[in-house]
Parts: sequence; structure tokens; C-alpha cells
Amino acid sequence: MAVLVLAEHSNAALNDVTAKTVAAAQAFGGDIDVLVAGHNAGAAAAEAAKLSGVRKVIHVEGADFANALAEAIEALVVPMMSSYDAFFAPATSIGKNVSPRIAAKLDVMQVSEITKVIDASTFERPIYAGNAIMTVKSSDAKKVVTVRGTAFKAVESSGSAPVETAAAPAGPFKAAFVSAEIAKSDRPELASAKRVVSGGRALASAEQFNQYILPLADKLGAGVGASRAAVDAGYAPNDYQVGQTGKVVAPELYVAIGISGAIQHLAGMKDSKIIVAINKDEEAPIFQIADYGLVGDLFKIVPELTSKL
Amino acid sequence: MKVLVPVKRVIDYNVRPRVKADQSGIDLANVKMAMNPFDEISIEEAVRMKEKGLATEIVIVSIGPAQAQETIRIGLAMGGDRGILVQTDAAVEPLAVAKILAKIVEAEQPGLVIAGKQAIDDDSNATGQMLAALLDWPQATFASAVAKDGETLKVTREVDGGLETLALQLPAVVTTDLRLNEPRFASLPNIMKAKKKPIDTKSPADYGVDITPRLSVVKVTEPKKREAGEKVADVDALIAKLKSAGAI
Repeated sequence: MAVLVLAEHSNAALNDVTAKTVAAAQAFGGDIDVLVAGHNAGAAAAEAAKLSGVRKVIHVEGADFANALAEAIEALVVPMMSSYDAFFAPATSIGKNVSPRIAAKLDVMQVSEITKVIDASTFERPIYAGNAIMTVKSSDAKKVVTVRGTAFKAVESSGSAPVETAAAPAGPFKAAFVSAEIAKSDRPELASAKRVVSGGRALASAEQFNQYILPLADKLGAGVGASRAAVDAGYAPNDYQVGQTGKVVAPELYVAIGISGAIQHLAGMKDSKIIVAINKDEEAPIFQIADYGLVGDLFKIVPELTSKL
Repeated sequence: MKVLVPVKRVIDYNVRPRVKADQSGIDLANVKMAMNPFDEISIEEAVRMKEKGLATEIVIVSIGPAQAQETIRIGLAMGGDRGILVQTDAAVEPLAVAKILAKIVEAEQPGLVIAGKQAIDDDSNATGQMLAALLDWPQATFASAVAKDGETLKVTREVDGGLETLALQLPAVVTTDLRLNEPRFASLPNIMKAKKKPIDTKSPADYGVDITPRLSVVKVTEPKKREAGEKVADVDALIAKLKSAGAI
């Protein structure tokens, strides 16, 4: 049996979620090859080669891979799948975008966002915003799976797999990259941060979100998140969104500030190790899952907490 | 340009789903159902395109039980022109939905399909991408802005870390994210008018698509419950707790 794992990377570096996806592939079993499709992505391929348990890295260079164009990755991966029994991709915006295309071309029903591998055809995945866990058995000959990174422990970087190169499929494709606005930040990336500070609607404005949430996050060395309500209201950008339709995080410490705790938000953070909730409404549902709750005015509590840490 | 919008009837956003005691699934008996929220955003976008003169006709498709007709009617009241109900009581997986939609696209020849990025029941986030692949069309998932520029469609996407803009050759598939627009409420006169708009009823067999599921449900269980912890009196007590737990 052999598994092809799609690496998530920035060309210059490998994203941590790749090591978690390899861990899920190991639980599935068989030989694991990691595909690094990028543009000037030699550094990412070299990092992938160090991941433990990897048979080989396949490094493919192409301008269309610089921004992970779905049509280009599909054209690359689908012919490769004749040599593999499964395709595993991280359930990131890239993996979610491209994997179903590959699945459809292979006439396979994708198993999305798995949180556990039971055996080579059976997986657990959350449904209904994590309000239920479904165990599904796939009858397809090949499996196409996206992996929720927070549910798997990253493999070590103690290996030394060979790196092969392969040719990029010929374009042009019917979609083309135009531009990107990626927020530059020195803060840890939300999805992999060890600590996360999130703000909700109670922050009441973008100015106050920045004024109260960011200093605490910086003091804790934390990534910054937000509830959907705060994003919808324009207090925080969408890529901060934690929840069913945003990012799923499971840090060591999650601090929820002015977040009431709608089920859609809890879906994105309830597997955090320690949850702290600060909210003026003592009946807020967030307190039902918080390890430590502090009832009161966030505009007084948060600055005090920031200064005393 | 004709625009096709697939919609799904799902459990209402505000209802807390209950797992059935026999672990066979979610109890949907007597539960409030509604249109998948992302599909409302898709219809709104199509209607805005029509209002700007970019779209000529909006066809709303649903694959599901007879009651999915109500979901299509809501879309018609929001501004859709006509509906197609592919009626089945079976659970239809995204792959089979995409195959049926591909057949409908062949028959209807739309220039654009706008679908929700995911359904809030099974959270698969797959149908739009699968449809694009089956048609060999380009795709732009998780859209937060859509603009037509001649024969190309410029779509801004919500990606990890920020935004990305793609240029798609039409025809294409777009899947919608939350910030694309704020869907309108159907007014009472429009709800009345929608009752007269046509809905064709078909079956999966009419399209020659085998909808046999590829994934069988072994069981559906409650997630692990997280116990509520304790309330602390003040910031000092919180810091003391976090220190003793090794969290800071």
C-alpha cells in the first residue's frame, strides 16, 4: 500500500500541518511519499525529506504551483494516483480547495477532515459543527482524505528521505493567480499557535479589538483569533475566524474574551487543552466548557491581566 | 449569462443537533429545517448579478426530499427565476450531487455555477470543487468578492492568512464564503409571486446517475463532553490558576 501526502508549504518553508498529515498517513499504513509542488520550493522539499517515516519526497517546480492553483495540482496529482492507494491532504484552505477535485476525477467520495484513522477504510470525522462524530467506512478502491491537523501529533524531523523531481503538467489552466493580500504578522500562526487569544462581539469595534486583544496576545506570545460574530461585524479579518466555518485550533491555552460561545465557535476550539473565558454574562455558554472563567467587564479585566502577566 | 445555484435543505443554523440513541445518525424528526446559510449567500450573489445586468436567468436546483421544494421556493422568492427539484429520500453524497449537477449543467448550459462552500450538516466542503472537476471548469472556492471582467470572472477568495484573487475563464464554479454579501429577506409579495414560478421535478434516474453511497455510516456518536471548570474571583486568582496548571 502507498499513500501520497500533499505538502503544505510557503515555498520557503514547510508548514507544520504537513508533519501532522504524515502522522495520519502513518496510521493509515503503507509507504508514504510527500509531494512538494511549488515554485522555488527546494527549501520546503528539503524539510519534507526530514520528516520521519517518509519513503521519498517528490518535488515538482512550476509557476502555477507558487500559489497552489487547484487546477494545476489536480493535473499533476491525478495521473500520479495510478501508483497510490490513497491521497492525504491537510484540511487547510489549499487542501480543501484541491482534494475534492482530485477525488471527483478518481470517482472517489472524499472523506473530509478526519480526526482519527480506525483502519485502512474507516475514519472518524466531525459533522454538524462537531456536535457529532461520524465513523464512516469507504468502499472506494482508492481513498481521498483531508486531515484535521489538530487531531494528529506531528511526526519528528529525524528522517532523511531521498528527494526526486518530477515534471509539472503543461498549462495553461483555466484559472490564473492575480494577486494576494496575506497579512504579515510576527505573531504565531493561528492554526498552529501554542496559545491563542480570541475576541468576540463584546469588543464592539475594530479599534477596541486591536487595543485590548493584541497587547494580551503579544504578552502571551499567542496567535489571535475571533468569533464569527466579531468577523461579521468587521472587528477582525476573516482569517482570524475560529469555528465551524473558520479555523479549527487546539492550543495549550485558549483565552476567549467577550465570546458568548455559540456552538459554531465551540466547534473550532473545544479541543484546546486549557480554556479561559472572560465574559460579563455569567450565563454565557462559553463558561460551560471553560476551565477557568472570569465574570466581569473585559475592558477592565483584559488590561489588568496584560499588565500583570 | 444563465446562473445555476444549487441549494440544500439542512437543519436550521440555530438548532442544536441531537445524536440518535441507536447511533445511526442525527435525529431530524420534528426539527426545524432551513436553507443552508452559504446557499442563501449564493442566491443573493446571483440575484445581484442579475440586477446589474450580468446574469439573465437564475435556476435554483435542489437534490433532496419533496420538502426541498420549500427551500427552492425561498430561493425563488429571493429572486430566482425557476427551480429544478431532483427528488429523492436517499442520503446523497457530494460526489453524487456533483454528478447530477454536471448533467443539469450539460442540459442548461449556464455560464456560472454559484454554490455554498459547505453544507452545515455534513461539513464536507466538496460539492463545488467536484462539480468543477467533472466539468473540467475552473473554480474559485471561499469567495468574498466576485466581479465580471469581460469573459473572465475575478474572484477574491478567503484563504489561510488573508485573501487571494483569481481570474477564471467562464464558464466556472464559484463557492461562497460568509463575507461575500448579506442575503436579503424575501418580502411577502415576492413570496406570493414565487408560488407561481415553475419548479420541474426530476429523479436521479432521469440523469442516469447512480447515487449509491460510497461511504457507509458505521456509527454517529456524541463528541467527548468537556466538563465546566471553575469560576475565579479576579485576575490574580486567574494568573495563579494558570501558573499552577503550567499554562503560563
